[in-house]
Amino acid sequence: MTLRREFNAISKLRHYLQVLAFTLVVATLQYAFMPDKPYGPPVVYSVLIGTFTWAIIDLGRELMPSAAETGWPQGWQGIALVVAGIVIGYLAGTRLADALCVYYFHFYPAGASLSGADQRTSILITAIAGLVGSYYFYAIHKSAYLEDKMAEARMHASEARLKLLETQLEPHMLFNTLANLRVLIGTDPARAQEMLDRMIAYLRATLTASRSTQHPLAHEFERLRDYLELMAVRMGPRLTYTLDLPDALREVPVPPLLLQPLVENAIRHGLEPQVEGGHITVRASTRAAPDGPHLVIEVNDTGVGLPDELPTPGPGQSFGLTQVRERLATLHGAAGTLDLIAASAGGTSASVVFPLKSSTHP
Amino acid sequence: MNPPAPRALIAEDEHLLAAALRQELARAWPELQVAATVGDGLSAVKQALALQPDVLFFDIRMPGQSGLDAAVELADAWPDDRPFPALVFVTAYDQYAVQAFEAQAVDYLLKPVQAARLQKTVQKLQQALINQAQPAINLEATMAQLRHLLAAPGVASPPAVATPGGTPPLTLIQASSGSQIHMVPVADVLYFEAADKYVRVLTASREFLIRTPLKELTAQLDPQVFWQIHRSTLVRASSITTVTRDETGKLHLELAGRAEKLPVSRLYAHLFKAM
Repeated sequence: MTLRREFNAISKLRHYLQVLAFTLVVATLQYAFMPDKPYGPPVVYSVLIGTFTWAIIDLGRELMPSAAETGWPQGWQGIALVVAGIVIGYLAGTRLADALCVYYFHFYPAGASLSGADQRTSILITAIAGLVGSYYFYAIHKSAYLEDKMAEARMHASEARLKLLETQLEPHMLFNTLANLRVLIGTDPARAQEMLDRMIAYLRATLTASRSTQHPLAHEFERLRDYLELMAVRMGPRLTYTLDLPDALREVPVPPLLLQPLVENAIRHGLEPQVEGGHITVRASTRAAPDGPHLVIEVNDTGVGLPDELPTPGPGQSFGLTQVRERLATLHGAAGTLDLIAASAGGTSASVVFPLKSSTHP
Repeated sequence: MNPPAPRALIAEDEHLLAAALRQELARAWPELQVAATVGDGLSAVKQALALQPDVLFFDIRMPGQSGLDAAVELADAWPDDRPFPALVFVTAYDQYAVQAFEAQAVDYLLKPVQAARLQKTVQKLQQALINQAQPAINLEATMAQLRHLLAAPGVASPPAVATPGGTPPLTLIQASSGSQIHMVPVADVLYFEAADKYVRVLTASREFLIRTPLKELTAQLDPQVFWQIHRSTLVRASSITTVTRDETGKLHLELAGRAEKLPVSRLYAHLFKAM
């Protein structure tokens, strides 16, 4: 989503009123330093120069393409606009004020001109006031823009969380599991209770996963067992599984439910379409690498295997994998990888690899 | 003499749920005999043809092929002289499918199946079996429903894949052969035919293979230009010269520029009627 600012007449008017007030302050200050001179002329000059400068900068920036997103032209364009605004504003404002002072307000007789010293003062005041005014609006814009950006980022973050939750609490899985539970309550209450316990543990893990940042690998494997047990009740003999976690790796911290999307994919895209079902193996091991040992977690299935070409990623599709990659990247940068390959004996193998060290000392 | 007891076929891959449906049916419709329970979409078609039941309960998500695809295949292979079975789809949660079922007045059950809802379905089924119309009309009505279901977004293909009509129509097919990629203008293509893992792309003089699934291609081609005439065939309508009906009632197309005859699935036979 890009922020495209609309032309807003009310906000322009508000800017202009602020500019007018500012020019009156400038004129008053000028009068305060030189009380021997009349108050009228500085007000006329100040207001007119201010008006022209405002018109050029505030309206002019709407025409500059680089201002489309932030509302302020980028880099030298912004500086050029301010300089042009001040110079043209000074020249045009002075010219018009000269004419008004002579022919309308009759402050001076016709033909009178400002002394050199007055002109220099006037230029200096315009330059300083123009820069101060421009900086003021620039700063306001910048903070409004940053606030918008932050709101956008917050929205993305909560959207991602919601999506994660949606994939983990996939309604199809939920309702099928409930349907099975309903049957078991009548036929095998003990098994129903066991299934319900698995489901409670799975739901609890899912709902807290997005909040806590890491948990031991042993817990991760327990949650996978919950999920696989639930699926095993549903799929019966079509699903068998092996979880292989060496004792030495039990305490390695991992992001909660990092592996769940991989197991879910193995079932959904590997085993479920296959009439005879299959076997899922989740195995953790270590592998030596130049920068220290890496943790390798493999999820292998004997399902239908990868399609020749992965389907074009659409909205929601392959969200599971994207999500796993993003979480790995957040914790381990480029050192954390997820690879999906066709297993030699048919089926698919997904492997997550990341350095052991950086995860023990985050 | 009483009419023979109605018979049903249940296709459901989760054995607990299949057993439960069987039980609930025994309570709601004691006369109904469940002739068989199968666990995948391929056996569903085979068993339905072999057993010729009066009622089908098809789960939507099944291994082998989906309940909807199974119903389409079955409609195509069903003998003309037998009434097509009453079809009930069973699904756990498919919001798109449910919307489509409602729109087409197709009977469906939501899992977990509840007794009161099943009772309603059973009453409707019993009514349908009593007023069983002529077989031909019955089959035609079912096929019209299935055609609409196939076209409904998110039913035949998963909803995530369905692109909301935003993609521009395909104009060029890129087919690789060896180290070359052939650029085949869609304007030259006479028909597409799904074959196992590939789709054959046929022009008047040549044949290419591509890996894009037919379903995906269909979405990117103008339906006025390319007609679906079979689950696995998309034909350029303007290249069709004649349509012939053989002794068994099946339609075949002949195309300008190709020698072979293409079979028309019964589901799409309605496209070819003399004016």
